[in-house]
Amino acid sequence: MGLFDALTLARLQFAFTMSFHIVFPAFTIGLASYLAVLEGLWLATGRAVFLATFNYWKKIFALTFGMGVVSGITMSYQFGTNWSGFADRAGPVIGPLMAYEVLSAFFLEAGFLGVMLFGMKRVGPALHFFATLMVAVGTLLSAFWILSANSWMQTPTGYAVNAVGQFTAADWWAVIFNPSFPYRLIHMVLAAYLTTAFVVGAVAAFHLLRDAGNEAARVMFSMAMWMAALVAPMQVVAGDLHGLNTLEHQPAKIAAIEGHFETRRGQPLILLGWPDLAAATTRYAVEVPRLGSLILTHDWNGEVQGLKFWPRQDWPNSPLVFWSFRAMVGVGALMVFTGVWSLWSRWRRRLYEGVWLLRLAVVMGPSGFVAVLAGWITTEAGRQPYTVYGLLRTGQAVSPIDAQAVAASLLAFIAAYFAVFGAGLLYIVRLMGHTPRTDELDIEAGAPLRAAGIMSAPALEQSEHGAGSGGS
Amino acid sequence: MPDLAFIWAGLIAFAVLAYVLFDGFDLGIGILFPFLGSDAERDQAINSVAPVWDGNETWLVLGGGGLLAAFPVAYAIILTALYAPLTAMLLALIFRGVAFEFRWRALRKRPWDWAFAGGSMLATFAQGIALGALVQGIAVSDRTYAGGWWDWLTPFSLVTGVALLVGYALLGATWLVLKTQAHLQERAFRFAWITGLGTLALVGVVSLWTPLMNPQFMARWFAWPAMLYTAPMPLLLAVSSAVLLLGLARRREVAPFLAAVALFVLSYIGLGISFYPYIVPPTVTIWSAAAPHSSLRFLLVGAGILIPLILAYTAWSYWVFRGKLDPSAGYH
Repeated sequence: MGLFDALTLARLQFAFTMSFHIVFPAFTIGLASYLAVLEGLWLATGRAVFLATFNYWKKIFALTFGMGVVSGITMSYQFGTNWSGFADRAGPVIGPLMAYEVLSAFFLEAGFLGVMLFGMKRVGPALHFFATLMVAVGTLLSAFWILSANSWMQTPTGYAVNAVGQFTAADWWAVIFNPSFPYRLIHMVLAAYLTTAFVVGAVAAFHLLRDAGNEAARVMFSMAMWMAALVAPMQVVAGDLHGLNTLEHQPAKIAAIEGHFETRRGQPLILLGWPDLAAATTRYAVEVPRLGSLILTHDWNGEVQGLKFWPRQDWPNSPLVFWSFRAMVGVGALMVFTGVWSLWSRWRRRLYEGVWLLRLAVVMGPSGFVAVLAGWITTEAGRQPYTVYGLLRTGQAVSPIDAQAVAASLLAFIAAYFAVFGAGLLYIVRLMGHTPRTDELDIEAGAPLRAAGIMSAPALEQSEHGAGSGGS
Repeated sequence: MPDLAFIWAGLIAFAVLAYVLFDGFDLGIGILFPFLGSDAERDQAINSVAPVWDGNETWLVLGGGGLLAAFPVAYAIILTALYAPLTAMLLALIFRGVAFEFRWRALRKRPWDWAFAGGSMLATFAQGIALGALVQGIAVSDRTYAGGWWDWLTPFSLVTGVALLVGYALLGATWLVLKTQAHLQERAFRFAWITGLGTLALVGVVSLWTPLMNPQFMARWFAWPAMLYTAPMPLLLAVSSAVLLLGLARRREVAPFLAAVALFVLSYIGLGISFYPYIVPPTVTIWSAAAPHSSLRFLLVGAGILIPLILAYTAWSYWVFRGKLDPSAGYH
């Protein structure tokens, strides 16, 4: 494998476009559920602050969701352009799972998104709430199918191989509910909820630091910190179970993550170090004796396999997954810490006034994205050198393409993504900078159309959300 | 046992046609965007599709995902063969898709207006080229694409690219006739005349050129007795053309849009007549590309339940946003 051959470039392109894409659903899965909860609370209590908070986040949702859609279309075509070997051979198994995602999730989200964004006055609160619920359900169904497909690639079961070498489904139940799927689904949905909670918490904290009495910001912050306090510890448990499941089905991935090269009883837990693949040892290791075996086998003397147990050509990139895993765990620990601190502050009735907790919450804003990306790098790079684990090597999955073609399209994707999603990030941050108000208006409304050009902030606020001129 | 490959070929064809019709008119709005008179007109035009564009584009994902599921080897061959035009299409769809929201959030709308227009044009042109490249045939050996990197680029595929640009613009123009009033509607009528005549001319060119690309296509259309089945097609095309032009002349609001849709449906059926039973002309048939029965059957159950549901709530969403746009009201 050369430095810039077609296979390496295709992998880079997939990693690049996927990393950009995953950021959006990681946020919108949680945000869609948050919006449904806010609208439900508004309908149940009639408190204006819930509707205002709903409208505030709906604008951000609209921007994020659009970027998720367009970056996702790229993914669904990339399997054919760059990975035609995979498409041909795994298509009969992966294809139906993804088609079910389109049929049950994408259409549901898209079909009700228009009403959710623009239709409050046209359909009334009850039907509107139904539309919001359908969008939220759609995001979760989408996670269900795509994580089932991904998990099958990690832990394939229920398949047969036909005469032309294609994987076929012998048992769809076993395909869908393959061994790693339940763990991955729970781990990812919790991750999406945490990602959203920390973004909401950061925005609320930013505004509370300027005005601790802002009612909308207080509601947001309180809800976000409940999520952090409850879900972050749940995620630790879910992550641990997911890790044990990986040990059972992909022990080489665990060995690469842990930096274990030798197979032995009483493996140490290597906290920090540098796995050196050429020397087949982890250098500069800071380790706790026997703790690795205790965590992985729940026995001080449990035997844990090291990478040398497998042929060298089957090793994943250990330094990469060693560090991406530690980044994920480190961020997760900070999330738990933030949640616990918020409980303490809440108990002392200083949740909205404690400046240092608010500052920490601001800094933790992007933490979910970091953890999600680090986690996905760990599980995907840890699957290498296979596309379908143990069955289809990545080198067999790639299209018969010239390096120049992949290089050109990779450069085009990089340029376009930084331009488009850079601008999108700017607009989102700008929306987040607007002070949340308890009379935050809907994006629909019968507002006069805005003139182009630069307006002062208050004028922009007015015309953007508009004083309703009746609507329909 | 029913012929599952045939059923799935029909379903994929339906998904692609649904995509062409649904996204056709909202891409058409983008193609016409630079020719609109003012910011206010552009706002109205884009607002007429803002609540539905996302659902429209989902049919493209179904076409791709369905092809991967039902005809994986065809998906693998076609997408590799059309690498460059499809990559261009994906990038163009990104620029136009984000423009719906971005133009309301940027300090200056103009750059995103151009992203919307340019993205819509490039995506459409690339789709037309992809269609032409498929019609002219794709080289295949041993289940993989065996052609070169520029095989898709021919005079024929450039003409189909231009034809789709003009055709989507016609769908967009007649959609605007349907959804707007006063000045903007006046302008839309003018656009519909120009693009309507252009579409008819280009449908003629492509229809006469297509049979020359492949002897099988020729036999389908001009050999006896197959002609008995194909002869009504030109007649129906003539009727739709008459309805379009008469509707525009009499300033009808609904008839031109429906006639434009009919032109697309007929042209599409015409392509299907040429193609059948090939999914990658001139060598791969739907039966040789079909996924195993276990895959086709499993997905057919879901498609049978979910596609009617999708059509129902999509119709509801269009119903919610029915009627003329209020020019004094924005969705944003």
